[in-house]
Amino acid sequence: MGNLNVSILRYNPEKDDKPYYQDFSISEWSNDMRVLDILHEIKWKHDGTLTFRRSCAHGICGSDGMKINGKNRLACSLLLGDINTNKPIVIEPLPSLPIIKDLVVDMSSFFLKYEVVKPYLINTTPPPSDSERLQTNEDAEKLFESAKCILCACCTTSCPSTWTNENYIGPAALLKTYRFAYDTRDDAQDERLDIIDTPDGIWRCHTIFNCIEACPKEINITWHISQLKKKISTREI
Amino acid sequence: MIHKFDVVIIGAGGAGLRAAVEIPKEFSCAVISKVFPPRSHTGTAQGGVCAALSNMEDDTWENHAFDTVKGSDYLGDQDCIEVMCKDAIRAIIELEHMGMPFSRNAEGKIAQRNFGGHTKPADMSDPYGKRIPVKRSCYSADRTGHVMLQTLYENSIKNQVNFFSEFFVTDLIIDDGVSKGVVAIDIRTSEIHIFHAKAVMFATGGNGRVFRITSNAHVGTGDGFALVYKSGLPLEDMEFYQFHPTGLWKLGILVSEAARGEGGILLNKDKERFMVRYAPTVMDLAPRDMVSRAIISEIRAGKGIRGSDGTDYVYLDVSHLGKKVIDEKLPEITGFARTYLGVEPTKEPIPIQPTAHYAMGGIPTNVNCEVLKNETGEIVAGLYAAGECACVSVHGANRLGTNSLLDLVVFGRRGGKRIGEFLKTASFTELPKNADEKTKELISKLLNSTGKETVVGIRTELQQTMMDDCGVFRTEELLGKMVSKISELKERYKDVHIQDKGYVFNTDLIEAIELDNLLDTAEAMVHSAYERKESRGAHTREDFPNRDDANFMKHTFAFKNETGKPNLKYKPVTVTRYKPMERKY
Repeated sequence: MGNLNVSILRYNPEKDDKPYYQDFSISEWSNDMRVLDILHEIKWKHDGTLTFRRSCAHGICGSDGMKINGKNRLACSLLLGDINTNKPIVIEPLPSLPIIKDLVVDMSSFFLKYEVVKPYLINTTPPPSDSERLQTNEDAEKLFESAKCILCACCTTSCPSTWTNENYIGPAALLKTYRFAYDTRDDAQDERLDIIDTPDGIWRCHTIFNCIEACPKEINITWHISQLKKKISTREI
Repeated sequence: MIHKFDVVIIGAGGAGLRAAVEIPKEFSCAVISKVFPPRSHTGTAQGGVCAALSNMEDDTWENHAFDTVKGSDYLGDQDCIEVMCKDAIRAIIELEHMGMPFSRNAEGKIAQRNFGGHTKPADMSDPYGKRIPVKRSCYSADRTGHVMLQTLYENSIKNQVNFFSEFFVTDLIIDDGVSKGVVAIDIRTSEIHIFHAKAVMFATGGNGRVFRITSNAHVGTGDGFALVYKSGLPLEDMEFYQFHPTGLWKLGILVSEAARGEGGILLNKDKERFMVRYAPTVMDLAPRDMVSRAIISEIRAGKGIRGSDGTDYVYLDVSHLGKKVIDEKLPEITGFARTYLGVEPTKEPIPIQPTAHYAMGGIPTNVNCEVLKNETGEIVAGLYAAGECACVSVHGANRLGTNSLLDLVVFGRRGGKRIGEFLKTASFTELPKNADEKTKELISKLLNSTGKETVVGIRTELQQTMMDDCGVFRTEELLGKMVSKISELKERYKDVHIQDKGYVFNTDLIEAIELDNLLDTAEAMVHSAYERKESRGAHTREDFPNRDDANFMKHTFAFKNETGKPNLKYKPVTVTRYKPMERKY
């Protein structure tokens, strides 16, 4: 195998006026390596200034969301064997969020939108004192797909509606709304639907499906959003 | 910049968040974390969290306590274990009330499944007779840690906890034996912040990154261990490090014990179910230390499979469970096998090998999470620790699966409560002059470094040698080699340089400081292991193959010493109702 070519969007605010692409040629690589391994190979052996976030390295912590060959992915969940290595791999930060340095973006607006939807169980009835609230396994499993979300921001930053309107709450926050609005233990469904039934809320979702393609946990986000849309359209006002 | 908070919690995993939620509203609380809270390593726990809820079959907290004591190879402090196992039932119900989504049984209660080392007497009237596996692990598919972390983060948003995310703590301020706060770097700007606090709690997790093959996240660099150790306070039982038997081959990614709890089995090269020979009663559901030793023993006997990377593995087979069970109960781990190894677990066995997983030892605390100053049990005023970074000790020489998530919520809450009590009468005491001087020097030294050593060079050597010489099987010779290796690496570290000399999000700088922390924790581990001339739980000495209760029924306390050879002292184990017995399964 020849060298692996990687082109990375670099930006250091202490030195650069604007972002630029830097090419690296890597001799030590194999198909069973993750893209994250390549970033480490570069950082540890070629250029210590290359900057990116990562932690668990197996797709649970959500740190290393980035744009790889035009798609938002987790660098730790993508094997070189699963992409075309004959052409340079292009790695860029997640789109539409301000770049802090190289592949590190400012996540504060993403987490702010998460907080807006009241991402916690609201139940005003005191629970039984010494046992759990009951819930059928069927009802519990209705939440599991949405509860898989790792808050990596791959979906929200892949959404064209987010690109054109930075106030749009975005798919991740809507998915979190579903997670609680459909929990049989929650009794704030109306309040939750009110929060997203706004001009910058759920109606900015134009069913483009980018979020589904971007989600590293393979969550059918658009389906969850459509359930919320149905619920809002059919509720009595 | 100087901040003032009544309490500062370092670490935003399960223990840190649970503690933060518990701090009474009238006190100000800050949580400092080097990553965003939902990135914490708690999220990678898979199989479950245990409590004797009796939702699937009769069980008692005493059964759970007995298993934990036996699993700990009688090194766990039994008074603390009783507290944890009794409180487990309340703690799990509380998580459910907080909104944690659990898998459910037919009655709509929290579902429970089998896990390694969790048993009950076959005949309840004979509590010390033959034991059989019991369904005690409460779970949410195989994402239990993930949804627990999310739930605790959600509750801390609800409680409006102050977060300082992507702040890296570099120093613990201790003055006249009193904890007064911490110094941290804002990773985004490299600006130094002093957090002046009446109470400080460490909830910083473990140090799995000291080994080459590990299930731990890159952030698992033992920062809390090292900060405490550097300030002259002891680390307890650091020789006890758990290797999880089923790490994904090459990568070390955890393949949960839940796979075996659901009926998965281990097979060697000849497709023999070898655990039958090592633990005839519970077989594949034996505790982790035993299964890891069994796997390495099989490999040594030539019954492993040689991988393309030159390492050997055995198989974990779940294919007979059927696609429905696999998809519903083990979706995440089977996904890892597909993504990373191209293996289809519904049809073929998964290549696995032991992976460095969990530190049983850590910052010594009493049952209320107060940090101990020494082996006599005196406490450091205002200093607390909980979770993997703490050593209560409830896990002793070997932790049972599902007891770590339990530890986080039981002791996170207890620590939070104790801090609340302490703050009622505590007041701010003056900070020492130039409290941030050490951190300033550290940053300046690294940003101006020109030495010939690299962080990756020293770290890789540390990780490989720890794997070879301080792993599942140990001897005096190997540990002696490792003792010299650590002092060599520490010497070389003085000449380390970093390439990134900027102030914005300098992860090169952070990795260099983390390496220093890893080296300190390795020092405590290796010296403690060298002096423990017996085999107990996860600490297996081939030159001393038996447990030696007469001489070693005691906890190691390692104090840092400028010579590089820590002073070791010992504290007796607390025994209540469970007298040490031979540990067989």
